[in-house]
Amino acid sequence: MLRQRWAAASNSTSQKATSPAAAATASCRKARNRLPGLVVPKSTTPTTEPSLTFAGQLAQSTVRGYATQKQATAYIHGKKPYDVEKVRHDFPILKRVINGKPLAYLDSAATTQKPRDVIDELTRFYNEYNANVHRGVYRISEEATAAYEEARANIARLINANSPSEIIFVRGTTEAINLVAQSWGRTNVGLGDGIILTEMEHHSNIVPWQLLAKQKGAHLKYVGLTDDGHLTHEDFRRHLESDGIKLLTMTHVSNVMGTINPVREYIREAHKEGCRILVDAAQSVPHMPVDVQDLDCDFLAFSGHKMCGPTGIGVLYGKKAILEEMPPYHGGGEMIREVHLYESTWRDPPYRFEAGTTNIAGAIGLGKAVDYLSEIELRNIQAHDQELTEYAHDRLGKIKGIKIYGPENPRTKAGVISFNLGDVHAHDMATLLDEDGIAVRSGHHCAQPLMERLGVSSTTRASVYVYNSENEIDRLVDSVERAGRVFKV
Amino acid sequence: MSSIYSEIILDYYRYPRNKGSLPHAQIHARDTNPLCGDVIEMQLELDEGHIVKDVKFNGQGCAISQASASMLTELVKGKTVDDVRKISKEDVLSLIGGQLTAVRLKCALLSLKVLKTGVYDYIGSTDATKDELSGL
Repeated sequence: MLRQRWAAASNSTSQKATSPAAAATASCRKARNRLPGLVVPKSTTPTTEPSLTFAGQLAQSTVRGYATQKQATAYIHGKKPYDVEKVRHDFPILKRVINGKPLAYLDSAATTQKPRDVIDELTRFYNEYNANVHRGVYRISEEATAAYEEARANIARLINANSPSEIIFVRGTTEAINLVAQSWGRTNVGLGDGIILTEMEHHSNIVPWQLLAKQKGAHLKYVGLTDDGHLTHEDFRRHLESDGIKLLTMTHVSNVMGTINPVREYIREAHKEGCRILVDAAQSVPHMPVDVQDLDCDFLAFSGHKMCGPTGIGVLYGKKAILEEMPPYHGGGEMIREVHLYESTWRDPPYRFEAGTTNIAGAIGLGKAVDYLSEIELRNIQAHDQELTEYAHDRLGKIKGIKIYGPENPRTKAGVISFNLGDVHAHDMATLLDEDGIAVRSGHHCAQPLMERLGVSSTTRASVYVYNSENEIDRLVDSVERAGRVFKV
Repeated sequence: MSSIYSEIILDYYRYPRNKGSLPHAQIHARDTNPLCGDVIEMQLELDEGHIVKDVKFNGQGCAISQASASMLTELVKGKTVDDVRKISKEDVLSLIGGQLTAVRLKCALLSLKVLKTGVYDYIGSTDATKDELSGL
């Protein structure tokens, strides 16, 4: 059945110019806001900040006549085949030929490729309205400010934040987590307090907490893993019930095994014990609908470059009431209300945490990427990734001598497959795949504690995204088999 | 079909020569490649004339790093410390054969870096040697 659906999708290649789905998608490419705007009442707390709400955005949308309901019919979940060939057409880099073969890019968990919309918007920004934001009173500065704040509102809508003021632009997930560790952490974590992490965290969600723990004399407590790559709930309960736990910080989706963690349940339990929660969503926000109000997380961090946006831009979401109590992370221009010789006062969030000139082009590019993904719809992306993951799992799993890490049931994984074949080292595997034009990651994936738990020094990781096809998985499988023959596994 | 993975490389990877340890080695060094986690340890036992009497390597990693380390041990056996010091990266690359990308070059040359670190520790290093090592 899976085969048939994919066959249908690839058959549509020849008629992509005329198919109604393609036409509908092309027409809605003009639109900028893809999701229905959320009307959120303006904050009642008195503030001197410009009010960041969706209301203004929505009004703007209506004036422009965006027909969000119509756009939604371009891809109806489960009714029309996902037209991967059409999506591939949006990514110029996929035309590259490597070692005489078309590039098969299977490293999107590291960074994704960029659609033409995003590349064009970056060019347009620098060609037409490059200016510093917020203070210029001239035309192009106002245009840049509007685009920057529109990007913030787009992102807020994507993750269903209460208000755009809960969206802080940072360099990426790493900076977002460091911000929480050094601003919230240094204020709220003290001697003898505990922080709960999991053994499947990326280094970026381990090292900032080690630094904080050293500074404050706090303890790190790790939730262990089952042999098939799920969290050990008993560990979590035991840690949660110990004294002085201030924070649970955990990844939504493992960047190595693809495990989708039950964050919503963990958050609920942790809140009952009065601790705060940070979710590392670097591998989830790009791949599935994520609703911060539904999850009820206190902080959520993700990176723009893993979701079709530029590098050097990412997001920290924080609940408004918590952000308002937090001291600045970096000091400098833009984040202050008043500066005197010996003391200063801070602006309200999000600006308190955006010192200096931020990555304006990056933020605008990320806003465009959010438009792009919202147009396809996150639930369709999730279904597409899921089908490819299952297909890859099924085909790779049949290769003699292969070991796939993490959950055995691919339905509990999101777009990531890590494996080793016999005694072929992951770097040798990746070199052999590169000879066939296939880009995968090899190594410890910035998760050495997890590697230790899995008992390996490295794995080969293939990860899929919107533009990957079943054909590329077939090529991966053929190439892995070839590596097996070269190494006589 | 594969340019780097010759029969010879695979043979050294599967059946490494001189793998193990020397408890009485005068020269002993170890290093890792933080990017990929390859580990190489080199031990050299010298006679009175500063000639390499025995050599062993230990480690883990990809076929290229492990095979090159094993090939390098065969190259240094019987040489004087001064001749070992003069082994160049070209010497190691010619042992391996084939074209390596910049990232994989680090795998191929890790054992030479470890060997030279050990040799320079033994004979006393200078600033110039630090430059040479950082170029590997």
